[in-house]
Amino acid sequence: MSPRVVFPNKVLPYLLLLPQLAITIVFFYWPASQALYQSVLREDPFGLKSTFVGFANFRRVLSQPSYIDSVQTTAIFSVSVAFIAMVIALLLAVMADKIIRGRGFYRTLMIWPYAVAPAIAGMLWLFMFNPTMGTFAYMLRSAGFQWDPLLNGPQAMALVIAAAAWKQISYNFLFFVAGLQAIPKTLIEAAAIDGAGETKRFWTIIFPLLAPTTFFLLVINTTYAFFDTFGIIHAVTGGGPGKATETLVYKVYNDGFVNLNFGDSAAQSVILMIIVILLTAFQFRYVERKVHYG
Amino acid sequence: MADLAQPATRAAALGRKEQGGMLGISRGSRYTAHAILILGLLIVAFPIYYTFVASTHSLQTILRPPLPLLPGGRFWENYTTALFGGIGRIGGVDVSTLLFNTTVVALAIAIGKIIISILSAFAIVFFRFPLRMFFFWVIFVTLMLPVEVRILPTYKVMVDLGLIDTYTGLTLPLMASATATLLFRQFFLTIPGELVEAARVDGAGPWRFFKDILLPLSKTNIAALFVILFIYGWTQYLWPLLVTNRNDMNTIVIALRKMISFADADTQWHLVMVTCVLAILPPILVVVLMQRWFVKGLVETEK
Repeated sequence: MSPRVVFPNKVLPYLLLLPQLAITIVFFYWPASQALYQSVLREDPFGLKSTFVGFANFRRVLSQPSYIDSVQTTAIFSVSVAFIAMVIALLLAVMADKIIRGRGFYRTLMIWPYAVAPAIAGMLWLFMFNPTMGTFAYMLRSAGFQWDPLLNGPQAMALVIAAAAWKQISYNFLFFVAGLQAIPKTLIEAAAIDGAGETKRFWTIIFPLLAPTTFFLLVINTTYAFFDTFGIIHAVTGGGPGKATETLVYKVYNDGFVNLNFGDSAAQSVILMIIVILLTAFQFRYVERKVHYG
Repeated sequence: MADLAQPATRAAALGRKEQGGMLGISRGSRYTAHAILILGLLIVAFPIYYTFVASTHSLQTILRPPLPLLPGGRFWENYTTALFGGIGRIGGVDVSTLLFNTTVVALAIAIGKIIISILSAFAIVFFRFPLRMFFFWVIFVTLMLPVEVRILPTYKVMVDLGLIDTYTGLTLPLMASATATLLFRQFFLTIPGELVEAARVDGAGPWRFFKDILLPLSKTNIAALFVILFIYGWTQYLWPLLVTNRNDMNTIVIALRKMISFADADTQWHLVMVTCVLAILPPILVVVLMQRWFVKGLVETEK
């Protein structure tokens, strides 16, 4: 790129940057460094004295069966949410790409859940499926199914997955629609003239060309399932029953904020930070690649 | 030219209608597509619709499942009770306070974020100064430090600064974000240097350039970002949960969470459902009414 024409001021740019830098340092870097620092300390129960313990907190956290369980829970939860939300959104986007009339209508109604807070999404699903008065719980029970997500772990998991995936359909739908529109129509026409049917065209042309969008959404959905679903879990199950729906983020909150176990919570925070860094790096490597597709 | 071209276009349009489009999509499969889309809409819109339905029935009807699929006749009764004191009796705080808090939070976060990021992007793109790239990276790295990974230490900072239960505490820490800065930077980089040169030749300083050229050019981006950030602010959960203790500082989402109790037989469900509708409606209106900018902004900012 050619050198840009710029303004010669020397002090002004620092002033312009100041608000963002101040907030960033006070509320991002300082706490994050505190988390790093605390993760290698052990505080006595009264918070009077702390000693340096190296990686002992990490070793203890990583060897706790409850942490391994939480990793597993998070994995099942995230994979299910990403998969369900993406498959439904892709199906609907492909259908919306076929029709001529009513696209605007479908899109308008399809984006509603985007505006719903995750916690409220959870409450809406809990309202429909809670065993006391939920209409669908009532139907499931009438059909002879033992439905009680407040006591049954896998059922609680299914409920939070449904709520989390439901909320994410809108987002994925919009991206798939944009991705489909970017595919050159001439390619699809050529295939149609060569006699390829709709299904064949989808799997041999549309799906491979959508790969950048799909891949991007996979990263975004995983990030969403990891971090943004705290509200759903907190509002619907509180990590329970037992620890059946305790994801990693919920556990950091619960161990640190509710059980006041600072060292462990800090070590968990640092592990989460590493996960975010990996996810972000992954995403940016990919976004760079996507630029070539236009 | 136009006269010649028109019949051809019309013929093409007609042909498309009759043959089911030039892409070889049959009429049958278009009907199937509509059917699947309607089914999809049912799944996507149903939970929201059903909440509205519940908010128009009496408590007794709600407690005796299954709940009817159509709205009941208690719309006015439930909404007036809820709005004039009913919600206050459940949660201890009036619904107007809750909606006010949430609106303040959403607007402050959206506007604050836009101002802060547009200024820093302006500095990074249109000036050259020592440590420029360093600062860019300092901002960029915050992408990797969401609240969720630094819950406790951030809470401690808030306590030390006396920001618990304040609007500043609810909004200020959420105002710095790399995403908005990156978006503005990306956009500013597409602005031709000739514009800056012309402005400078005409004797315009940086402030003048910012106000008269940059801001008008960024209007669409700002609108798009505003919608996304408003939703972001309105739907916050973990942060308000951490930094508010007093009920009258709660956002409506947090208050709603406190109202819902399945163990408690006395929960006034019809009023809770009204609160639910009130908590969902404003962001949905923003998204639907500003749909054009929202979709553009979302797909272009990619988060």
